[in-house]
Amino acid sequence: MTAADTAGGPTPDPPSVAAELARAARAFPALLRVGVAEVVAYRAEFLVWILTTNMPLVMLALWHAVAADGPVGRFDQARFTAYYLGVLVVRLATSNWMAWQMSMEIRDGTLSAKLLRPIHPLYAYAADHISAVPMRLVVVSPIVAILFATSWGRLVRHDPRLLLILAASIAGAWLLMYFSMVLLGSLAFYVDSAMGVFELWIGLHGLFSGYLIPLEVMPRWFRALADVLPFRFMLAFPVETLVGLLSPGQALRQLAAQWIYIAVLGVLAMRVWRAGVKRFAAFGG
Amino acid sequence: MIDVRNLSKSYRVHKRAPGIVAALRSVLKRRYETVKAVEDLSFQIAEGERVGFLGPNGAGKTTTLKVLAGLLHPTSGVVRVDSYVPQMRDPRFLKMITLVMGQKQQLLWDLPPADTYAMNRAIYDIPRAQADETVRTLTELLEIGDLVGKPTRQLSLGERMKCELVAALLHRPRVLFLDEPTIGLDVSMQAKMRDFIRDYNQRYGAAVLLTSHYMDDVAALCPRVIVIDHGRLIYDGELRELVRRVRPDKHITMRLSKPVDRADLTRLGTVVSADAAQAVIAVPAAQASAAVRDALAALPIVDLTIEEPPLEEVMRELFRARGREAPERDPGPHDKQANA
Repeated sequence: MTAADTAGGPTPDPPSVAAELARAARAFPALLRVGVAEVVAYRAEFLVWILTTNMPLVMLALWHAVAADGPVGRFDQARFTAYYLGVLVVRLATSNWMAWQMSMEIRDGTLSAKLLRPIHPLYAYAADHISAVPMRLVVVSPIVAILFATSWGRLVRHDPRLLLILAASIAGAWLLMYFSMVLLGSLAFYVDSAMGVFELWIGLHGLFSGYLIPLEVMPRWFRALADVLPFRFMLAFPVETLVGLLSPGQALRQLAAQWIYIAVLGVLAMRVWRAGVKRFAAFGG
Repeated sequence: MIDVRNLSKSYRVHKRAPGIVAALRSVLKRRYETVKAVEDLSFQIAEGERVGFLGPNGAGKTTTLKVLAGLLHPTSGVVRVDSYVPQMRDPRFLKMITLVMGQKQQLLWDLPPADTYAMNRAIYDIPRAQADETVRTLTELLEIGDLVGKPTRQLSLGERMKCELVAALLHRPRVLFLDEPTIGLDVSMQAKMRDFIRDYNQRYGAAVLLTSHYMDDVAALCPRVIVIDHGRLIYDGELRELVRRVRPDKHITMRLSKPVDRADLTRLGTVVSADAAQAVIAVPAAQASAAVRDALAALPIVDLTIEEPPLEEVMRELFRARGREAPERDPGPHDKQANA
């Protein structure tokens, strides 16, 4: 050990994780209030974004026409309606595109402001996106009403196990999206083309999450591939649970797989983030 | 309070020539070079000190400030701010510092500054009464009482900078890293900012490390300066001593009741400027009183002042001797590097 190593005396022990979480929890309501105020300030942009998420309705019209001549597997017209309205609801509740924001802030250096605050930047990003939920609820409410009105008989209602799994699967879908976004956004620490990777991810998500086409009506090899990728646990799994396509046993197995993915992606995302922050050059910021 | 020992920071920079061929070639094979932004830099700053951090473009000033604030990881060397290792970004460390960077801002663009202050109060865990009192004190000092309710995007640059300072100081940091805090402000606003920074320093005993390309900021605020060039320390000491060492002359400014011959001025010292109503001559410091006596006896003088040469001239002289341009705004590392 050199004299330089001891400069300034011993370094204080880092605060405990519990203390940090408690402090972040105290700050969370203020972050949410600011996030809601920003969403309201950007209300026009927000509504435009909501309108761009109407692809499930387009797909619903398409499959409704196809199913007019007879069901496609287990999907008749009523089930297609329930499925795509479920896709809209789950997507609005769980979608999160913060990789785009992270990538931009890393590249233009504005991440510096977040790094200088005594709260982890990933809490701040999470708060930003959770604060969009109230506005989304306003949009989701009429869809939920339509869903209930048109598909009440097709929804999971009576089995408390499936209802619990549904709640856990929606929370899990949010977390899985969040860690995916952290991972993709953190790529901007390493490469200029992080947004290109993000666009590729969006394409794969559209196909393998069941967003565009229910996985059940896809070929067997495609379903086998989708089962081992994380995308279905971000959307198809909660929606299939919601519209009664899964038995309690199947749903429980998928829930376990979803939370294993959350653990793996969570650890990976945090490692990539931490290593990336060490490379951060704070360009311009 | 601040202890920097043998700090070095290097960047790996992707290099390529302009043009489409070079762009295509860089897809297959990338060339990199290492840029040493800061090299073997050591200094200490005590609690309550105000220190100017000077150097020409690309000298490494902003890089050093970013290392001290924990934004950049040093390549080698040891940095401590009140026992904390900045790059660990311990929340207790982040609560005791602030970094203000020119026009970069933490204010939420579409919301009034008051919302940013409310958010910072929660993030920094400041008791409401203390936060309210600090906001009241700072807004009074900066005269921005009614601005904090207007959306940030509707404020002028000067108003934004003042609101930005309140946000940066709300948690009463004990260490202020100020990178070009008066950039883009008019002269009277610059003077107000200087007064405010001095007042804050005295009121809270905060250490201040300041870079500015306005030498008036440094001359007014910083009894001590640290000068770096090519990332290396070239001077650390009193500003007065630096001026004396680089430009050991005094400027005598004379207001004249009628025009005088240039030859009469040349006899007294080196003529810096002269017109019908005013003349400025430079003389060695040791001969200043004799030159004043001779001038008063020989010339029709209405008023006379003796001053140090302007700091801009001192710095120009210092860097001219080192084959560099005078200090200007440091663009920071983004001009020197690119992502991999």
